[in-house]
Amino acid sequence: MNKIDVAVIDYGIGNLLSVRRSLEHCGATVAVTSDPAEILAAPRVILPGVGAFVDGMKELRQRKLDVVVQEVAARGISLLGICLGMQMLLTESEEFGLTSGLGLISGKVIPIPATTVVGESQKIPHIGWSSLVVPSHGKNWSGTVLENIAPDEAVYFVHSFMASPSSDEDRIADCIYGGAAISAVIGNKNIIGCQFHPEKSGKVGLKVLQSFLAT
Amino acid sequence: MGNIRLIGRLDIKGPNLIKGIRLEGLRVIGEPNEYALKYYEQGVDELIYMDSVASLYGRNNLRDIVENAAKNVFVPLTVGGGIRSLDDVTDLLRCGADKVAVNTAAVANPKLISDIARRFGSQCMVLSIEAKQIGNDRWEVYTDNGRERTGIDVIEWAKKGVAAGAGEILLTSVDREGTRKGFDVALAKAVTQEVAVPVILSGGMGKVEDVVDAVRTGGADAIAMADILHYGRATIGDVRDTARGVGIGVRNYE
Repeated sequence: MNKIDVAVIDYGIGNLLSVRRSLEHCGATVAVTSDPAEILAAPRVILPGVGAFVDGMKELRQRKLDVVVQEVAARGISLLGICLGMQMLLTESEEFGLTSGLGLISGKVIPIPATTVVGESQKIPHIGWSSLVVPSHGKNWSGTVLENIAPDEAVYFVHSFMASPSSDEDRIADCIYGGAAISAVIGNKNIIGCQFHPEKSGKVGLKVLQSFLAT
Repeated sequence: MGNIRLIGRLDIKGPNLIKGIRLEGLRVIGEPNEYALKYYEQGVDELIYMDSVASLYGRNNLRDIVENAAKNVFVPLTVGGGIRSLDDVTDLLRCGADKVAVNTAAVANPKLISDIARRFGSQCMVLSIEAKQIGNDRWEVYTDNGRERTGIDVIEWAKKGVAAGAGEILLTSVDREGTRKGFDVALAKAVTQEVAVPVILSGGMGKVEDVVDAVRTGGADAIAMADILHYGRATIGDVRDTARGVGIGVRNYE
């Protein structure tokens, strides 16, 4: 078997082909797998996902992959959660009642506000390209997966719920929707989450994946 | 509101990118992936692939084309035409599609909308509506790529589709499609006033400035472009610059 650069966790959810193709485009050898041994042997792991939080956690638990992801995190292996995969890194979600997440980053998943900051109703889900910005507490992106990204470069989002980390320290980048800040990238040590889809975000997204492959 | 989306629409027949007028009189334009890649390089926000004869033959032929696109086009891909079952959706998602656009089969069996939304999420379920004007502010739903009338009112169908779980509406004016006469903004306004999900307006873009009316008057969240791009009358960059120039939010793209 070829030495792999990254394992993409297959738990029956999401467009895994696009994740695979984008990583291969970056030159990586990719394993799309649900095998715990293969996941734990990889130098980097991606937890993808789209859809509802409760379904995602259920599929992970059914395959006993929730504990595998927690083990990946505990061993210090680089872990990237994408979209729902990012939200599941958090403590819990309010989507369809309160559901426990993987608890790897302290915080909650909450609905995107139904109105803008000036009180106008806004479309949910948030679908489309939004610019990445440095959060108001102002940490720069060097040493993160965004180190080759300039603020205001745009990436593709599609989501109705958003991550709200307990600590501002874990907020790496935001995007602005309806005038309010939404967590776009969160991180704590070896654990990173992107609310946007780097595999669907053109050349900017590929740069993010390239930086992740360099961790 | 967020940035509007500029979407390239690729109507396909067999292996070819084609273009018609009012969805008829299809003319071959060229090789689909060549155009997909060109629009990707121009910074297109998404691509929509429509199998124009799929409903007629009861199957979607886009698997290979989409699979090929997913190799080097890294923006969201929506695929429509001839999708009849959850298995069809699974199959297309495995080929690299992110969303499916369903029209004919959803009219025949509205439960398909909620089935797709429940299984793959609303973000995956685009309700494709082909609309023909039948009176003052009245439009009828057509199926089978604009060939068959249904007697269903567009506004009522849009509301019903969204209630069933459609996450987006692809709204095509059959009257304007391929005519370069500009979007049917009255149609767009009638639908966007009634539904809370994003609406992609399709059919009739004649010049780059048409984006302004589609968004400002029609309330469109996205526009789908075909003729204007395929015949090189404008680039995605031209449309983006025009929108930005009047203060409409678009994706920041270098």
